[in-house]
Amino acid sequence: MATIVVDVMLKPEILDPQGKAVAAALPRLGFAFATDVRQGKRFEITVEGDPTEAQLAEVRDAAEKLLSNPVIENFTVRVEK
Amino acid sequence: MKIGVVTFPGTLDDRDAARAVRAAGGEAIELWHDDAELKGVDAVILPGGFSYGDYLRCGAISRFSPVMEPLIAAAQGGMPLLGICNGFQVLAEAHLIPGALTRNQHLHFLCTDQTIRIENTETAWTNSFRENQEIVIPLKNGEGSYQCDDETLKMLEGEGRIIARYVGENPNGSRNLIAGITNERGNIVGLMPHPEHAINPLTGPSADGLGFFTSVLKTLVAGGAK
Repeated sequence: MATIVVDVMLKPEILDPQGKAVAAALPRLGFAFATDVRQGKRFEITVEGDPTEAQLAEVRDAAEKLLSNPVIENFTVRVEK
Repeated sequence: MKIGVVTFPGTLDDRDAARAVRAAGGEAIELWHDDAELKGVDAVILPGGFSYGDYLRCGAISRFSPVMEPLIAAAQGGMPLLGICNGFQVLAEAHLIPGALTRNQHLHFLCTDQTIRIENTETAWTNSFRENQEIVIPLKNGEGSYQCDDETLKMLEGEGRIIARYVGENPNGSRNLIAGITNERGNIVGLMPHPEHAINPLTGPSADGLGFFTSVLKTLVAGGAK
């Protein structure tokens, strides 16, 4: 079994109000390290055996059609053992 | 004239949309997300609500409902289609109109009576209004901030495809105060505020919203979208 991880993030030019709210909350708790916070989504997809290149291509297709909205989001696909 | 109103699991405003259709003089036909055909309707409304719990992204899962397949084909063929609020989000997810709706800039859910200005009175859904007519209808959304890239925004502005703009302070962070847009042909309209809740002063802030529903009936009587 392997896990294919799809990370979806808003494109840099799209305003991320949730990330901004988190960035504003950090200093209230005394955390002063952040100059900016962006919030995204992570999908963990379990597959049998080692994913093949064809399977990964299918996942990328699904990421483009469903998991992300290419108008406002970018995604990355990687395999975690 | 038969106007279909689609109900997805989690849709809220289907009954008000059907009521608005009847108030305008049309026949409202219930369509279910799982329907494989459109029951011979002449136009369709995708009403507001929280279809599929807004899971993944608003409208992202509804967009792949069985009813969307014949609906997308019909709308691409010129059938009038109005997406209100969540319906607007579904239209954007289906790429029937450009851009996307994102979280309100201030993160709060909005519920207010909003003044909007109708700037394009040529579409299938806005031809009953006067150009630049200001109307007051409810605005209620969590993810109503219209976003698109600069090129798309320029195209929408240049082609007069912004059908309605918020008047006054920007309520949700939408680019260029966009409250609603149309496709190139003018048969598909996406609108964030809710005309179906404003068809009678007894139950809403005004009767201003009725114009969207009388517009489509006028369009259909005249022989379809231009």
